[in-house]
Amino acid sequence: MTPPMAQPLIDTVPLRVDQVGQRYGKKWVLRGCTFDLRPHAVTALIGPNGAGKSTLMSAVAGLHASTEGRIEVQGAAVTASPSHPDLGYLAQDKPLYRQYRVRDMLEIARHLNARWDAVHADELVDAAGLDRSQRVRTLSGGQRTRLALALVLARRPSVLLLDEPLADLDPLARLEVQQTLMTEVADTGMTVLMSSHILGEVVDLCEDVLVMGTAVGGGGRITLAGPIDEILATHRVLVGPGTSPGDLGFLPESCIVEEQHAARQTTLLVDRPVGPLPEGWTIADPSLDDVVLAHLRAGKVKP
Amino acid sequence: MVICVIEFRIERRSGTAAYAQIVHQVRDAVLLGRLRVGDQLPTAREVVASTGINPNTVLKAYRQLDVQGVVETRAGAGTFVIAVPERVVDESASPLAGSLRAWLVDARDAGLDRPAVEALVKAQLDRTFREERV
Repeated sequence: MTPPMAQPLIDTVPLRVDQVGQRYGKKWVLRGCTFDLRPHAVTALIGPNGAGKSTLMSAVAGLHASTEGRIEVQGAAVTASPSHPDLGYLAQDKPLYRQYRVRDMLEIARHLNARWDAVHADELVDAAGLDRSQRVRTLSGGQRTRLALALVLARRPSVLLLDEPLADLDPLARLEVQQTLMTEVADTGMTVLMSSHILGEVVDLCEDVLVMGTAVGGGGRITLAGPIDEILATHRVLVGPGTSPGDLGFLPESCIVEEQHAARQTTLLVDRPVGPLPEGWTIADPSLDDVVLAHLRAGKVKP
Repeated sequence: MVICVIEFRIERRSGTAAYAQIVHQVRDAVLLGRLRVGDQLPTAREVVASTGINPNTVLKAYRQLDVQGVVETRAGAGTFVIAVPERVVDESASPLAGSLRAWLVDARDAGLDRPAVEALVKAQLDRTFREERV
C-alpha cells in the first residue's frame, strides 16, 4: 500500500519539549512541561485558559527564550530567534498588517522568509478566493485566517503550530480552513500541533491529544498524552454501590483518575482495563470529553 | 480518469468515530450495489478535500476494510472494492474463528465480563496493528 506522503525510514522527533518553564517576574506561567510529538501526527493541545498553551507555542516558535528546560525541533535545539526553518507558527491573533493589501502581504512574507514557495502561496490565496487588491482590514475573519495560513504554509514547514486556529470562525469558514489544513497534511505529512480550550472543536482533526492543566505554581503540566484511540481503549467508567474511598481495595489505587462518591453510588474513572469486578459494579466506555475533563480536574500527572 | 462513485458524509456529533463511519458507508454501499467489485474508492486526499477530516482517519478506515477483505489497496493505483462483505465474513469455516471462540470461552470462565474482554481485545488489536504501521 502506498502511503500518501514520503516518509523517511527513521523519524526524528519533530518536536520535543523537555521540562520547559517560563517565568514572568516572580510568576511561573508554565512549569515542567514535557512531551514529544509523534511524527506526521496531528495533535490537539487542550487546556483551560491560562494553562500556558500560547506561552508554550511562542517559546517553541523562538519568539522568547524559555526560562528553563529544552525545546528541540527536528532534533535541533530552539533558541530565541530566528525561528527554526522547519517550523511554522500561526499565532492566535493572526498577525497581518491591517492597512496592507493581500498582494502586499504576500510580497512582505516573500522577503521575510528565507524559504518561500511563491507558487504554493498563490495556489492557497486563489483557493481561498482572495482578491489580491483587497485590504486586510476589509477581509472577513475566515478570509483573514486563510490568508495567514497561506503565509505560514508557503514556508513549507514540517512542524506546524496553530494557536486556536478555529476560534471565532463561522461553521463554513471553519470547514474551509479544516479542508485546507488537512489537504496540506495529506500532501506533505507535516506534524501539526493545534491548541484549543474546546475539545470538540479540534477532536475530529486530531489523532493524538495533549491535555495541559493549571496547577499550583504555574500551568503547563501535561496531565494526559497519547493517541485518542488508545486513550479511549484503555479508560473505563466503573459504577458501583456507595463506598467509602478506602473500600476500593479490588483496584490498584494508581489506576483511579477520578472518584465521585454519593451516598449510594460510587463512580470511578480508571485509566486501564480492569479484571473481574465485585458484585454490583458495572463498567462502561467513557467519551473523550469525560476522560479529558477528569484528567483536568484531577490534575494527575502521568509519567 | 477515474470517476468517484461515492462521497462520504461525516457526522460530527454522531458519537461514532469518523473512521468507523467511513467503514460503515463503504460496506453499506457495496451491499446496496452502489459500489461494485472493481470500483475505486476516493483517495484519502479527495475525502479530506471534501470533508476536512484527518487523512490518517481515511487510511485507517481503508486498512480496516482491507483486513475485512472488502477492499484492496494496490500500490500506486488506489483502493478498490474486491468483494461483497457477506462473502468475506465466513466465520464458521475459519480455523482462526475456532481458536478465537475457545479463547473467549476461557476468558469468560476466568470471570471477565463482555466489556472487559472487549477492552482487552481492543487494546491488543491497537497494539498489534500499531506496530505494523510504517
